[in-house]
Amino acid sequence: MYEGPVQDLIDELGRLPGIGPKSAQRIAFHLLAAEAADVTRLQEVLQRVKEGVRFCEVCGNVSAEERCRICQDARRDPTVVCVVEEPKDVLAVERTREFRGRYHVLGGALDPLSGVGPDQLRIRELLARIGAEDVKEVILATDPNTEGEATATYLARMLRDFPGLTVTRLASGLPMGGDLEFADELTLGRALSGRRSL
Amino acid sequence: MFVRHLQVTDFRSWPHADLPLQRGPSVLVGPNGQGKTNLVEAVGYVATLGSHRVATDAPLVRHGASRAVVRTAVVNQDRELLVELEITPGKANRARLNRAPVPRPRDVLGILRTVLFAPEDLALVRGDPGERRRFLDELLVLRAPRFAGVRADYDRVLKQRSALLKTAGSARRAGSGGDIRTLDVWDGHLARHGAQLLAARLDLVADLAPHVAAAYAGVAPESRPVRVTYRSTLGGSLPEGYGEPGGPRASVEELEAALLAELYEVRQQELERGVCLVGPHRDELELVLGDILARGYASHGESWSFALALRLGSFELLKGDGGEPVLVLDDVFAELDHRRRRRLAEVAATAEQVLVTAAVAEDVPDELDGARYEVRDGEVSRVR
Repeated sequence: MYEGPVQDLIDELGRLPGIGPKSAQRIAFHLLAAEAADVTRLQEVLQRVKEGVRFCEVCGNVSAEERCRICQDARRDPTVVCVVEEPKDVLAVERTREFRGRYHVLGGALDPLSGVGPDQLRIRELLARIGAEDVKEVILATDPNTEGEATATYLARMLRDFPGLTVTRLASGLPMGGDLEFADELTLGRALSGRRSL
Repeated sequence: MFVRHLQVTDFRSWPHADLPLQRGPSVLVGPNGQGKTNLVEAVGYVATLGSHRVATDAPLVRHGASRAVVRTAVVNQDRELLVELEITPGKANRARLNRAPVPRPRDVLGILRTVLFAPEDLALVRGDPGERRRFLDELLVLRAPRFAGVRADYDRVLKQRSALLKTAGSARRAGSGGDIRTLDVWDGHLARHGAQLLAARLDLVADLAPHVAAAYAGVAPESRPVRVTYRSTLGGSLPEGYGEPGGPRASVEELEAALLAELYEVRQQELERGVCLVGPHRDELELVLGDILARGYASHGESWSFALALRLGSFELLKGDGGEPVLVLDDVFAELDHRRRRRLAEVAATAEQVLVTAAVAEDVPDELDGARYEVRDGEVSRVR
């Protein structure tokens, strides 16, 4: 245990995701030794992120303005909406440069253990959006784990009743550059059931 | 298959131990509390990623150390594989196969297969149904490692669904309705994963039952005959003959439909009680002695014989699948009478490798006279 403010800093840093006690200690001492200007800059950025960052009123992604860059971009196809759990998933899909539609960020997945139900997610907003805009396809891109799959199933049921709307789910299967012999049975089984004709 | 080399670091009482092994019987002898069982426990851990003595990993790490390491060289059909496990309580364990890290520890399941018989096995007969479900699931994973994943997925869905029932249930009792809009979704996922687990267990019991009955008859020929049957929460809606030797193989689709129907049936009850009432997590492996349940009725001797028969039956089953398992007999000879000792030794002598621990060398039958190691004062040394 260190004394006073240093220990406070270590404790606070240790609460961040992915940072254990040792990393927290290293960062704390790094900050202690850093130039005052560097620390001030970090302080300002932290402040700004809490005060200045907003969530896009359409898709729920992090944004500097009322609408995010993607929702403002007229070249993006408004008829295709990709539904993801978190803003960082938007970035992941964007990196592919394959997708030219728009997004909808749910803000998580169904997780009764943590008290997250449909009302805690931006599902009502999604339904309103599909009703109001001319959306032809919804791509469900939630994580392929227990909670993500349950969320996708739930959304698929909710979206069934929109006439003319296609609902798709991201394919899951073998990684590119992978070896068939090293794939686990679950992944390989899914890849088989989701096979496509050539 | 056999374990050619076992090495542990900071595992239980051992700061370090190095034990070269070979085919055939190996007997570890030493006074109580010297760490004999700890060594065979490490072998069992590599096969099942769990201990036969404790439910959590924390006690496996030597007091004062932060992590334990178990290394085994496993020879299977003349091919040697090196499996290393790093056990760090509170964090994800790590595994390496032939010195290369694997994504998840469960990827090394199936490389070493063991059947371990220990005094704790009395709980299989006398303990809660959970003990017997765990026995089935462990055997299932030994036969087909894929089921470790199925089991994990099922447990996760079960936890989520139970949490939903609990909050919805208490909201209902408070008169505010309770949000069950997503319950159908969780029902669907529970039925899907549950049906896979249930089908696999039913097939397993159908395959295992004749081996257990035969093993019991061999161990205790004067006793009433025994049988093992699987009792599902689906009860009567389970298709005819499922889980019986020679019966039809269970169909996952049929079971999924049956589970869904049953969940629908009991929904009101589940909401009132706030718990998940249907599914493989509430099933039971019934051990029947004559025509009564062994649990609560079997004598001490009969319980021991039944526990032994379950393990010997598992051994025969795995042997029949190919890839003969390593047999581990932890401190059991002292508990058995002369005839059961002989019977166990006869079966054990047919195994490719048997690891035996005993406090007194005289307890071990002559059939298992092979390599002998003395375990004393933190040292293990070969004496014969």
